[in-house]
Amino acid sequence: MAKRSIVPFGPQHPVLPEPVHLDLVLEDETVVEAVPSIGFVHRGLEKLVEIKDFKEYVYIAERVCGICSFGHGMGYCQSVEHIMGVEPPRRANYLRTIWMEMSRVHSHLLWLGLLADAMGFESLFMESWRLREKILDMFDLTTGGRVIFSVNCIGGVLKDMDSGMLKAISDTIDEMEKELRPIAEAFLRDYTVGVRLRGLGVLKPEQAILAGAVGPMLRSCGIAYDARKLGYAAYNELEFEPVTASDGDSYARCEVRIQEIYQSFALIRQAISKIPEGPIRVPVKGNPNGEYFMRIEQPRGEAIYYVKANGTKFLDRFRLRTPTTSNIPPMLELMKGCQLADVPLLILTIDPCISCTER
Amino acid sequence: MEYLNTIEPITMEQFLPMVIQFKMDGWRLVQICACRLPEQYELSYSFAKGFDMRTLRLTVGEDEPVSSITQVYPCAFIQENEVAELFGVKIESMENDYHHKLYRIARDTPFKEKG
Amino acid sequence: MGKLAKSPWMLHYDGSSCNGCDIEVLACTTPVYDVERFGIINTGDPFQADILLITGGINSQSESVVKQIYSQMPNPKVVVAVGICACTGGIFKECYNIKGGVDTVIPVDIYVPGCAARPQAIIDGVVKAVELLQKKREAFASQRKKSGT
Repeated sequence: MAKRSIVPFGPQHPVLPEPVHLDLVLEDETVVEAVPSIGFVHRGLEKLVEIKDFKEYVYIAERVCGICSFGHGMGYCQSVEHIMGVEPPRRANYLRTIWMEMSRVHSHLLWLGLLADAMGFESLFMESWRLREKILDMFDLTTGGRVIFSVNCIGGVLKDMDSGMLKAISDTIDEMEKELRPIAEAFLRDYTVGVRLRGLGVLKPEQAILAGAVGPMLRSCGIAYDARKLGYAAYNELEFEPVTASDGDSYARCEVRIQEIYQSFALIRQAISKIPEGPIRVPVKGNPNGEYFMRIEQPRGEAIYYVKANGTKFLDRFRLRTPTTSNIPPMLELMKGCQLADVPLLILTIDPCISCTER
Repeated sequence: MEYLNTIEPITMEQFLPMVIQFKMDGWRLVQICACRLPEQYELSYSFAKGFDMRTLRLTVGEDEPVSSITQVYPCAFIQENEVAELFGVKIESMENDYHHKLYRIARDTPFKEKG
Repeated sequence: MGKLAKSPWMLHYDGSSCNGCDIEVLACTTPVYDVERFGIINTGDPFQADILLITGGINSQSESVVKQIYSQMPNPKVVVAVGICACTGGIFKECYNIKGGVDTVIPVDIYVPGCAARPQAIIDGVVKAVELLQKKREAFASQRKKSGT
C-alpha cells in the first residue's frame, strides 16, 4: 500500500474566491477521502428574525449571498406571502421573473469565468466577465444596484420597469447572445478544455439522487428536475423545458450551464413580450401566522425557504437550505479517486457558494 | 398542476422505518430543519421525488436523543451536525460527527435560547 | 497619484462577507474596471503581497486566519477594508457570530463603504492604498538607514 498523507486545502486558496477548507487524504497523488470543514463565513443570520420584523428581514435575506441575492429575497417574500395569503400582482410576478433570469445569466457567466481561471485560461475568464458586466449594467439601470438590489418586498416589488428599460434589456440580451456564441464555442469545442473536463468527476444518476444533488449538478446526469416548473412567479405562464445532459461529468455540467444562459435569454424575451400593465405591489396588513416550505430554483439549484410565523411581527424561525449544502456531499463523492491537481476544478464544477451555505 | 408539499407529524417509532422506506422508493433528502419550542424541539425532514415533496415532523423533548439518518442517507451529515451544533439537539450515532466543531462558533448552541 | 517606483501586489481575503463585495473586487480586476492598470497584480500568496483587501466582518473562525495572513505579509503593508461589513460589521453586526469590523482584529488603513461597495469606490480605495504604501515605504527605508541595518 502506498504511503498515505494528508494535504490541507484552503481556506485561503488562489482558485477559491471564498474560504472553504478540505483535508485531503492522499495515496501518492490520488485522493482517497476529502473531509470538509466549513464555518469561515458563518454569521448566524437566521437568528436575526428574532430582532428584525418580518418586513425588514427581506433586506437581510437578500444579503445571505451577494450572487444569489435576488433569489433569496424573492424566495423569502414568496413564502411569507403564501402564509399570509397575499397574491402579488401579475406585473410584479413578471418583473421578479425577469430579474431572476437576469441573475441566472450573471451567476452562470461568473461561474464560467471562474472555471476558465481554474484551468489557467486567463483570456476566457476576462471575456466571460466582460460579457457579465453588460447584465450588471442592466441591473444598475433597473434597480440602481449592481449586485444587491433590494427591490423585493412582501406583496410585490418596489421598483417598476418602464418601456425604455424593457427595450434596453431586450437589446442587451440580443447583443449578449451574439457575443456569448464564441465564448460558448471555446468552452464546448476547444480541444484543451475538452481534455480537461471530459470524463472528470462522473456522477451517476442514482448516485446523484442518493447524495441529494440539485440544480445543474442533477440535470447534468439526465434528470429533468427544475424547480421553476413548479410554476411560482410567472413561470407557469412561460414556456420552457429543463436543460439536461447525459454524461454527468464536468463537461456536462459546463454544457448545462451554458445552455441555461440561452434559456434565460429566451425566458426574458418571453416575459418582456407578455408582461401585463398594472400595479406592482399590493398593501399588506397584519402579521403572518403559519408555516410554509417554499422551493425556488436558484442558479445553483433548488433552494428551500422555511418560514414559521406566530402571528406577531417577529418570526419564530427562518431556515434556508441552499443548493450548495446539498451539493457538497456529491462533490465529496466525486473527489474519491481523483488526482490532487483536479481538486480545485472539481470544487468549482459544483459552483460552490459558501456564503449561502453557512449563512 | 399542483404538486405535493405536505407536513406530516409522526412519532419516534415511525421515524426510521419511514426514512428507510423513502430511500427504497428513490426519494432524495431535501432538507433537515430544527425549530425551538418551549422545552421541546421540532425537527422537520423533507424528502422529494420528482416535483413532490413530503416533510416528516418529529417533536422531541429537550434531552431526548434522536437517531441519526446518516446510516440511510449519508449526505445528511452536514445538516445533522448543524442541528446538533446550533440547537443542541442530541443526535445519536452520526457518521462524520463533528462534535460541535462544524461552524466552530464562540457561543454554544445559540438557537437554544431566545435572544 | 504620482509615479510609482514599484508595482504593489494585492491579496484578497473574504472575512465573512456575503460575496457581494468579493465579486465586485474580482470585477475590478477584469477588463471593464481593470485595477491592474495601476501596476497592481492580484496574487494568492500573502508572502508576496503588499496590499490586503478584506471583505466582510470578522467571525470567531476567520479571526485567526486574518491574523495569520496579516503576519505573513512583509512590512510595510496596507490593509483596505472593503464594504460596510468590513468597516463596522454592517447589517450583520447584531449576529451572534460576528465580532465586528476588520479593525477589531488587525489595524486598517483605508475604509471603503458601500453595500456592496461599487467598483469605482474599490478602485479609489486601492489607489489611496498605493499612495499610502509609497509613503510607508519611504518611512521604512529612512528608518532602516538610521538604524544601519
